[in-house]
Amino acid sequence: MLKQYETVFIATPVLSDAQMKEAVAKYVTFIKDNGGEIVHQEDWGLRKLAYPIQKKTTGFYHLIEFKAEPEFIGNLETQYKRDERIIRFHTISMDKHAIAYAERRRNKISEATDPKADPNTDTKADVAEEETTVKE
Amino acid sequence: MAQQDDIRYLNPPTVEVKKKKYCRFKKAGIKYIDYKDAEFLKKFLNEQGKILPRRLTGTSLKYQKKVAQAIKRARHIALLPYVTDLLK
Repeated sequence: MLKQYETVFIATPVLSDAQMKEAVAKYVTFIKDNGGEIVHQEDWGLRKLAYPIQKKTTGFYHLIEFKAEPEFIGNLETQYKRDERIIRFHTISMDKHAIAYAERRRNKISEATDPKADPNTDTKADVAEEETTVKE
Repeated sequence: MAQQDDIRYLNPPTVEVKKKKYCRFKKAGIKYIDYKDAEFLKKFLNEQGKILPRRLTGTSLKYQKKVAQAIKRARHIALLPYVTDLLK
């Protein structure tokens, strides 16, 4: 049975845009080739890290939501570990609440991006603000 | 006795009313705490980036565990610092 996962990885900031795209494509195809399916992808771009990792203070963040067999996660993480471009990765399995939340989050982002067509960072701040007001 | 009756307060003596703390997740019906939303998680951290205890935030045990989990995840992917000064 396929389970839904969410993975975030941080790539080194020394990569060019093309190299970054290639790295992302590698993992996307890797997931697809192993019987997984991509649900959603998000590129957060170059962001400042909260603390240095491997003496780097910035990194390219990329988020992939996908469905895959549980056995596949080990393989994916081995790939991450072997890849020198990846400085940090994190994979979590999503429960039903997480899936519902992710869906709402996606809708919000797409709503926010459509009228303005701004880069991701702006919309992200908006979403965060909306979230907090709702949560209060 | 008469003297005691003479004491009059200009303002009624203020009795401290304790504001009842509540769990914001239960109240707002939030089921999932997102580790990617660092700004929101900062409400549960003190200035050094430590997780605030339940007795200060009023979060229920069920959600405190989830908050803690989310903060630890956010720290791992460098959205939040492990140690810092003057976070806010």
